[in-house]
Amino acid sequence: MRPLIEAEEVWFSYSEEVTALRGVSLEVERGEMIAIIGQNGGGKTTLAKHLNGLLKPTRGVVRVRGLDTKETPLEELTSIVGYVFQNPAHQIFTSRVYDEVAYGPTNQGLSKEEVDARVEKALAMVGLEAYRDVHPYDLDYGRMKLLTIASILSMEPEVLLLDEPTSGQDHRGIRAVAELISRLGREGKTILFITHSMRFVAELAERTLVMAEGLIIGDGPTREILTDLELLRRAAIKPPQIAELCLRLRRRGIDVDALTIGEAVDAFSRRLGADAPRRAS
Amino acid sequence: MEAVVSFEEFSYSYPTREDVLVDIDFQVHRGEVLGVIGPNGAGKSTLCRCLNGLIPHFYGGRIRGKVIVAGLDTQEHSTAELSMKVGLLFQDPIEQLSGVALTVEEEVGFGLSMLGYPKEVIGERVAEAIERVGLKGLEGRSPYELSGGQQQRLALATVLAMRPEVIALDEPTALLDPIGKYEVFGVLRELASEGSTLMVVEHEIEELAYIADRILLLHGGRILSIDESKRVLSEVSRLKEIGVDPPSVTELTYLLEREVGVALGEYPTTLPEAVRLYGEVLRS
Repeated sequence: MRPLIEAEEVWFSYSEEVTALRGVSLEVERGEMIAIIGQNGGGKTTLAKHLNGLLKPTRGVVRVRGLDTKETPLEELTSIVGYVFQNPAHQIFTSRVYDEVAYGPTNQGLSKEEVDARVEKALAMVGLEAYRDVHPYDLDYGRMKLLTIASILSMEPEVLLLDEPTSGQDHRGIRAVAELISRLGREGKTILFITHSMRFVAELAERTLVMAEGLIIGDGPTREILTDLELLRRAAIKPPQIAELCLRLRRRGIDVDALTIGEAVDAFSRRLGADAPRRAS
Repeated sequence: MEAVVSFEEFSYSYPTREDVLVDIDFQVHRGEVLGVIGPNGAGKSTLCRCLNGLIPHFYGGRIRGKVIVAGLDTQEHSTAELSMKVGLLFQDPIEQLSGVALTVEEEVGFGLSMLGYPKEVIGERVAEAIERVGLKGLEGRSPYELSGGQQQRLALATVLAMRPEVIALDEPTALLDPIGKYEVFGVLRELASEGSTLMVVEHEIEELAYIADRILLLHGGRILSIDESKRVLSEVSRLKEIGVDPPSVTELTYLLEREVGVALGEYPTTLPEAVRLYGEVLRS
């Protein structure tokens, strides 16, 4: 079977002066969980917007389920690939949580009952059932972010693109999004997310793309990417603190390897000859 | 120790929101970096707005108690007067730019020229501020041509040029990419080592651990803890309970103790500390 999403040598220019993508190729298989990292201006958002046809390549081809995004109507693409904007204010435009989540499925031509069912399901998924009649702007920032995710989930896209779901959030907000993403991943949804939080990447993504200056400069298993110091240096990214701790300990001849706190608890306790932890965390 | 900022049995309600700050009582001492942490909605930004008198002069609302900044009672002195004593830096550097300055140099000198300072004084202070935030060589650039991290350092330079007695920074790296965060924290470390008086609100606790002498933990408008950074960050279960993640190395140490029964005797809060501690423990 061909990949769910294929990008071949994609170039994109916003204007004559600003070239945001310089020959990006990528294949996304069904069910993958992929993080996209890199500095601002590296092309992350531009790439993500190509994957659901919000932007069309200046040169090269993007195919979603084999459909060329240049030749496929946007509404067909957006019902396959849902895009959650970084800034909730760029997405929210109704005055009631229910309406916000109902908008997509209503436009998809679903019956009132089906729309209702979709809204209930999406709100339950993000834990906002109690807020259906609230004005979106009366929600705190974390819940507003969850609402923007729900309003995409209600269209039941096969792929979810999230642009910086962690930005502007406190730790609890980040935790809520992480739990949601990991649940959606377990349910088989294909997910790509952009983030600056390496802890979030380490805990969630199986595969990580590193972007810089309009190119993908790294693409591989998250463990390999987040321990490739040369690559991270080129992208000016610091590895998660736990990965850095292990790295420095290895330099002192102590062989431990972990990316996340949970992994480190296991690795360190093994090394200390202690009993395995009572529960994985 | 001399208090530059003093909250005295202070409580505050916005006109539309009750009890945003309740029984706040603490000092920021001269030359100290006080970190402020807590979940969104805890009252951290409100705390910053109290320093230059935006509360109560601009926001209104109800106040009990006092806030004294550099000897001035914020209820009795205008925002303009207080602005000479305290500098505020917010999340979004763009919002802080004057919008009229064509170059970095002009932007940094803007506040001083508005106040009618002589040209030589402005020139001297501008050069010094630009140097301190590491923007030397970019004096002639347009503020809008700078990266996010550079813009935030520019905003910080405009504050430094006023030579305030204390600077309050409200999540200064929240909107920046990793390079930008790194650059801004680099400058904050410098300022801290030079003895500047800072109050820094941050979610980037792993970075805050390097610069804060003390940390104030705010939750639901109340102070839960205020103590040496290491002590506050070592209260792992309390932090997790209210939704604040301690540094990863601190949480790791807590979990090893709780789940595996390995106690190190102390909780590291920075990477070098953790490397030293685990270097010893894991070797044996």
